[in-house]
Amino acid sequence: MSARSFADEVHDIASQYPDARSAILPALRLAQERHGGWLPPEAFVEVGDALGLTPAYCQAVASFYDMFHLAPVGRHLVEVCTNVSCALVGAQQVLEAFARELGVEPGQTTEGGEVTLRTVECAGGCGWGTVVAVDHRYREPVRPDDVPAIVSELRP
Amino acid sequence: MTDIDAYREIGGYATLAKARAMEPPAVIEELLAANVRGRGGAGFPMGRKASFLAKGTGRPTYLVVNADESEPGTFKDREIMFRVPHRLIEGCLITAHAIESPHVFVYLRGEYLAEFEVVRAALDQAREADLLGGVTIVLHRGAGAYICGEETALLESLEGNRGQPRSKPPFPAVSGLYASPSLINNVETISTVPAIVERGGAWYAAIGVENSSGTRVFSLSGNVANGGNYELPLGTSLRELIYDIGGGIPGGRELKAVIPGGSSVPVLSADQVDTALDFDAMAEAGSMLGSGAVIVIDDRCCMVQLGLRVAQFYMHESCGKCTPCREGTRWMVQILRTIEEGRAGQGELDLLLDVCDRILGKCLCPLGDAAAMPVASYIDRFRDEFQAHLDAGGCPYGGASSLEGLFAPVDQHTHSPVAEVPA
Repeated sequence: MSARSFADEVHDIASQYPDARSAILPALRLAQERHGGWLPPEAFVEVGDALGLTPAYCQAVASFYDMFHLAPVGRHLVEVCTNVSCALVGAQQVLEAFARELGVEPGQTTEGGEVTLRTVECAGGCGWGTVVAVDHRYREPVRPDDVPAIVSELRP
Repeated sequence: MTDIDAYREIGGYATLAKARAMEPPAVIEELLAANVRGRGGAGFPMGRKASFLAKGTGRPTYLVVNADESEPGTFKDREIMFRVPHRLIEGCLITAHAIESPHVFVYLRGEYLAEFEVVRAALDQAREADLLGGVTIVLHRGAGAYICGEETALLESLEGNRGQPRSKPPFPAVSGLYASPSLINNVETISTVPAIVERGGAWYAAIGVENSSGTRVFSLSGNVANGGNYELPLGTSLRELIYDIGGGIPGGRELKAVIPGGSSVPVLSADQVDTALDFDAMAEAGSMLGSGAVIVIDDRCCMVQLGLRVAQFYMHESCGKCTPCREGTRWMVQILRTIEEGRAGQGELDLLLDVCDRILGKCLCPLGDAAAMPVASYIDRFRDEFQAHLDAGGCPYGGASSLEGLFAPVDQHTHSPVAEVPA
């Protein structure tokens, strides 16, 4: 990947807005994709250079939003909704099934950096709980019995 | 119905042509006649909000669509975008004509990836079919922050800042996006516009009940047989939604409580299940219609645990800008935890109510109220259960509550850092 093409892409996005700063979320998302799912310090330099902002400003914005990761995550991300509606229909049992199957606690990553398991707040699939996002794609509803098959997809 | 040809076959985009043949103020007149109230949560009449837009400022007017649906229990905008994206786009274009806005920004919840892809494809089709008529529509994805559903936080986020709410006034109608006059409406509200303009505001106002005209998409979830989204006339009773449409409570359990408008509104007890789903009836019953998210709770749920779970959510989502919310939500979580774990005396219950009181009405935006209102209502309506925790020195459910075990330490779902990767 070249720094030049990243800046070009960011400039294209920024041209949709009256103020280039508005492109910071899409730019951070793009940077995160290019850096393997998280934002290392150099990513803030790249985003800042492309948008005329300081790296510190970019990091301050990134740290506000749950979807930006400021530390490495696994190659796959399993996110279990544990908000009220999912909780009422057994999100805890689904979360425990993932923890058991993956051998990690929520908030941790499996040996070798394969899968990160974490809980998230309301994913917006409340009528079809428990909602689980696997690499940002929703599975709903997920029951504890469904968990081994989902994990085996991620660990062929 | 994601394809433009299918949408046109049922008359889609015909209303856009009709609206464009009308003078813009005449379109706003129809919205006023319809008395359509915002479907995001606050319930402010859309036509009036549009009529407040500042004129002659020398700046462009912006239409901003709030597609950052995040209120726990709510998943209706998601289904509208996923199933009928062209209705949203047609609504955007008609509304843009009504307020003479050349620019539309749709702030779409970051997690809604599949919905973003569907709306983007539909927008490409509308553009190829030459329907935009010089209006630009930008799909702007959020990145995971409940507070960005609050309109001024949304504007801050869209301008490239941390999503922290602004002081009002000035209201967005005067100084909104890029300090320009801006109309901000929810996806469902905007998607209602084509039907109103097609059939007329008077037709729409005849649906529903007084002060709550039209239909709403109710998101039904929790301990109910058939969870999902149901579009019903306002004024339908909770009982009809939960039992006749939703199939009732599964597993032979009893109804204990209902949260009628998303997790931020006061709870209703089982004996209030005949309350009508309209703005006034809900206010009379001591709650709010909010986002139209109905969460059904059966008799296995410990109300202290429910309070803890709800308070944890708002603590996590507090943006940190104003003190009552930032500090108060943390206090709420700590006190609720001592009650649940049997470490609290009578004084803690009073302290909890005191903390709620110091949040209510004292914050920059509604998030603080959204934490304090429901928790105060759980104490108000289920005080015996809170008292039983104090008397018994712990949770009377003894590990059998449906929410048992879900009080994850909040750092588990914070974002920085999310996880350690082994070397």
